[in-house]
Amino acid sequence: MIGAACLALWSHWRRHKLQLATLLAGLALATGLWSAVQAINGEARASYDRAAAQLGAGQWPELRPRAGADIPLETYVSLRRTGWRLAPVLEGNLRLAGRSVTVMGVGLLTHPALPAVEAAEGGDGLAPVEVLTPPGRLFADPGLAARLEGNTDLPPVLPSDAVPPGTLLTDIAVAERLLDRPGTLSRLLILEPPPPGLPPLSELAPDLDRVAARGSGDIARLTDSFHLNLTAFGLLSFAVGMFIVHGTVGLSFEQRRGMIRSLRAMGLPLGLLARLMLAELALLALLGGGAGLILGYAVAGALLPDVASSLRGLYGAPVEGTLSLRPGWVLSGLGMALAGTGLASARALWRVAHLPLLAAPGMRAWGGSAAAMRAMVAAGVALILAGALATWLPGGLLGGFLLLGGVLTGAALLLPPLLSVILAMGARMARGPLAQWVWADMRAQLPGLSLALMALLLALAANIGVGTMVSSFRLTFTGWLDQRLASELYVAARDDAQGARMATWLGDRADAVLPSRSVERRHNGAPIFVYGIVDDPTYRDNWPLIAESPGVWDALARGEAVLINEQMARRDDLWPGDTVSVLPDWPLRVAGVYSDYGNPTAQAITALPALLERVPNLPNQRFGIRIAPDQVDDLARDLRADFDLPPGALVDQAALKAQSMAVFDKTFLVTGALNVLTLGVAAFAMLTSLLTLWTQRLPQVAPLWAMGLTRARLARLELLRSLALAALTALAALPLGLVLAWALLAVVNVEAFGWRLPMFLFPLDWLRLFALALLAAGLAALWPARRLSRLPPAGLLKVFSNER
Amino acid sequence: MNDRFCACLFALMLMLPSAALPQGFAGLGTEAEGFALPDPDYRLRFPEDHGPHPAFRIEWWYVTANLTGPDGSDYGIQWTLFRSALKPGEAEGWASPQIWMGHAAATTTEAHYSAERLARGGIGQAGVTAQPFDAWIDDWRMRGQDFDTLRLRAASDDFAYDLSLQAQGPLVLHGRDGHSVKSADGQASHYYSQPAYAVTGTLSLPDGETQVTGTAWLDREWSSQPLSPDQTGWDWFSLGFEDGTRLMAFRLRGGRGDFTSGTWIEANGRATALPDGAIRLQPLERTGPPNRRIPTTWSLVLPERDLDLRIEAMNPDAWMETSFLYWEGPVRISGSHSGKGYLEMTGYGEDDEG
Repeated sequence: MIGAACLALWSHWRRHKLQLATLLAGLALATGLWSAVQAINGEARASYDRAAAQLGAGQWPELRPRAGADIPLETYVSLRRTGWRLAPVLEGNLRLAGRSVTVMGVGLLTHPALPAVEAAEGGDGLAPVEVLTPPGRLFADPGLAARLEGNTDLPPVLPSDAVPPGTLLTDIAVAERLLDRPGTLSRLLILEPPPPGLPPLSELAPDLDRVAARGSGDIARLTDSFHLNLTAFGLLSFAVGMFIVHGTVGLSFEQRRGMIRSLRAMGLPLGLLARLMLAELALLALLGGGAGLILGYAVAGALLPDVASSLRGLYGAPVEGTLSLRPGWVLSGLGMALAGTGLASARALWRVAHLPLLAAPGMRAWGGSAAAMRAMVAAGVALILAGALATWLPGGLLGGFLLLGGVLTGAALLLPPLLSVILAMGARMARGPLAQWVWADMRAQLPGLSLALMALLLALAANIGVGTMVSSFRLTFTGWLDQRLASELYVAARDDAQGARMATWLGDRADAVLPSRSVERRHNGAPIFVYGIVDDPTYRDNWPLIAESPGVWDALARGEAVLINEQMARRDDLWPGDTVSVLPDWPLRVAGVYSDYGNPTAQAITALPALLERVPNLPNQRFGIRIAPDQVDDLARDLRADFDLPPGALVDQAALKAQSMAVFDKTFLVTGALNVLTLGVAAFAMLTSLLTLWTQRLPQVAPLWAMGLTRARLARLELLRSLALAALTALAALPLGLVLAWALLAVVNVEAFGWRLPMFLFPLDWLRLFALALLAAGLAALWPARRLSRLPPAGLLKVFSNER
Repeated sequence: MNDRFCACLFALMLMLPSAALPQGFAGLGTEAEGFALPDPDYRLRFPEDHGPHPAFRIEWWYVTANLTGPDGSDYGIQWTLFRSALKPGEAEGWASPQIWMGHAAATTTEAHYSAERLARGGIGQAGVTAQPFDAWIDDWRMRGQDFDTLRLRAASDDFAYDLSLQAQGPLVLHGRDGHSVKSADGQASHYYSQPAYAVTGTLSLPDGETQVTGTAWLDREWSSQPLSPDQTGWDWFSLGFEDGTRLMAFRLRGGRGDFTSGTWIEANGRATALPDGAIRLQPLERTGPPNRRIPTTWSLVLPERDLDLRIEAMNPDAWMETSFLYWEGPVRISGSHSGKGYLEMTGYGEDDEG
């Protein structure tokens, strides 16, 4: 009996190979996109953990300087001499081989074991004298080590797989020299709790704060928002994919009603039948899920290098661009496929279980009663309200995402009732029996199509929202670059001596020379870069201030005020009029806040003379040069010749802008790719729904044909109906997408990156998307319509003999 | 930094050729690579020579004390500051090639506690000044207005001591005017001691604080190429007898036979150097698990002074669980003379971590 039942169930898929393929494709798409995102996130997180393990980050509690300062070496020594067991660390960034490299200097004698150093001692028998005395050694990942090869200014570089990408690990003596920060430390690891009976830390070192051990560390926290973003996209794709599964499973059950009736009439117990169908679904889910995993792996592999470069660019997070297969990822992918299939088929299974033995196939296959509509409206409104509430209640980034989730799902639930109302209005206005029938038929079709239309709505809204965000950002970013990169030429000297010569040399030749001199300190436990600038109209005319107090530039020039970037302003809630100490014991009034996109760290700008009084040895190697545009090339040539500059040392404004835009575009490449994939999946969902409806449609179309409408005309009407529904959905998606864009720009971006962006509208993009939606719906409807126009009259006649 | 790295550094301090250590270090036992060499014609000058000699590769300030509690219980403590130079000379800040290591221990008949501190030179975390005398690493410290009156402190998780030391006699120069020969090949060191400090102070152990009194012995030694390549370890004794006489004796164990040397110190501090072969040392009993089997009972015979001693470890399990494993603990003396002293043995046990 079981064998026969299995054969009967399988015979359906044998006869409907396309349906099987659709189901598997839907499952594969859903699982694939979801697991691609998971793989990317997993890989990135594993990279952070690896980096943390390699550098021992976050495993020990620490002492950190309180107010934006370094720790003087004397503080470390005096703490050790009172009995604190500490290991010193000096960290900073350095530009090497054209990119920023993190230098981590540790006291190699007292520091807890570091894998890279241990391996070097073991394998090559690296002697202490080589590591601990000048020139010392640098440990770097093989990629960085290869790039630094031949750099004679550096100590020998030892390649090691146990150093995170973009990091130079070395002894503190070497770090101090490279970073030019003699006698300073960044933080102190607490190796053992201090012995009892010591004076309190507040007495011994009042400028230090004790920070608890925190596991994997800053990077994971910093990048959480980025990964949450990706996860949200993955989940959206999964949901859309599941609409396809829902559609095909629903169709297969409808088509197998007769068979199910026969099987049960022949004595197959309902429980057994349900179990068999469940097993069948599980098998399909595993097959589709497996294919999805392969797909996801490929997608993740293709996207990961860009994601890695985004993460490096945005946060300096060390992510490798290669993917490795994790068992947890495979299991969770298959689990998602199984759970999703179960969820998407629950209604179909429930209907099988409750199918009266002799019931006729329903005229309206999918329930769409007035009560159900009312419930959907209530649920939709409730979800939107809950989402709106979440922006206040949990707040933060989570609140932002809850808002997005609530608004999106709520709006999706509201779509069918909304369409139903519009269609009812249309029916009332319709004149003539055919028009009335078309409207009424659309309404009748609505419940069956509603899930596909919801998928389309979500995909379109996501497209509009994310597209608006990216385009707004790009526009703002371009304008900001124009303001920020006002100098015509940027030059970097080899060292301070050359820098000084260069400044003199440029004095006679350029309209203005703007030195870029900065110092890295810590403020509220995070790095801050303090820049000193000279008073120049370039800044007054161009600098992108988003908030300012009157006379901002004069106050700044007098050394009485400071400008801070938006990230810092929002994070520390500092605005014009507030006071902040960017260096210890130097309180300054905040006179303005400027936008500073793409920079994860806090930044402050103050008058150069005032800063030099406090930090006398600021490096003086980078300059912006103001000069008439037609003289740029000549000046650049002379500069190169007179100072023997390497190619990278001189960049003109256009090149720098192009570089910046390239980084920007790369950052959002992944978003764009996911966007297109989501829309494709939605179109596919529409197609499967229409195919599902196909068999149910015949009994409704046949009488009209019998009354004299040609098949071609009926097919045209079918096509028209699909287009009309898609158009209505696309119209509904527009406001939803704009709400989404607003939430992304004003809530999520602020929380995730620390900047708020103005929203720009791009109606042309909407038109394009509208056309794309119509095209997708048209393509999806074309096939069923073609089938209708070519259906032999006998097929239509059979409706009357069989079903009625 | 892992243990092996430290072991590499300090094998040298304990005068061990690093046969079990990576190749890069094996050569250091014999070659001085630009370091100063002990000079037989050098005359020690004080207080200058109480301070560090950065031109030499290794140096130490080494205190051991036999102490007694109010109830008559015996204790021993050790306080050592080692200096090891990666290159000759000194430099400011982290660039200094000097490495410092502190060892401290407290021993009872039942237990032995040891601790270690490491520091880089040049930054002030560890160092020595000659006048006023001050030697420190982290919160461990030995200092005084001069070398005769010292305060000695160390603290770790499970023990601490704070002792006052008062010299009872003159400094003793070993070998010929402080030039002490360590092998038949002529390897040598500069070596002097203050063998007779009277001690009072407190010793804190896990079960409480005790007032202690007793005697302490301070060794000062520096060199650059202390051992012959075939020498694998040493046994070193500092013994104080009830009649006020004292004996320093050591045996360097080598493939070509042992090299013994020592100094006989009379109660008034007059010292006589004992040449190779004058002292006969014989292990009588070895104890401990297989990987840490070590002679804890010795016979020492010095015929020219009618000395025939049985020397027994007060606590056979006085292993120093530091970067480099060695044995250091108080001993009791019986036989022709009785008294107390300290014994150091290197080159026996295997480090647990291999």
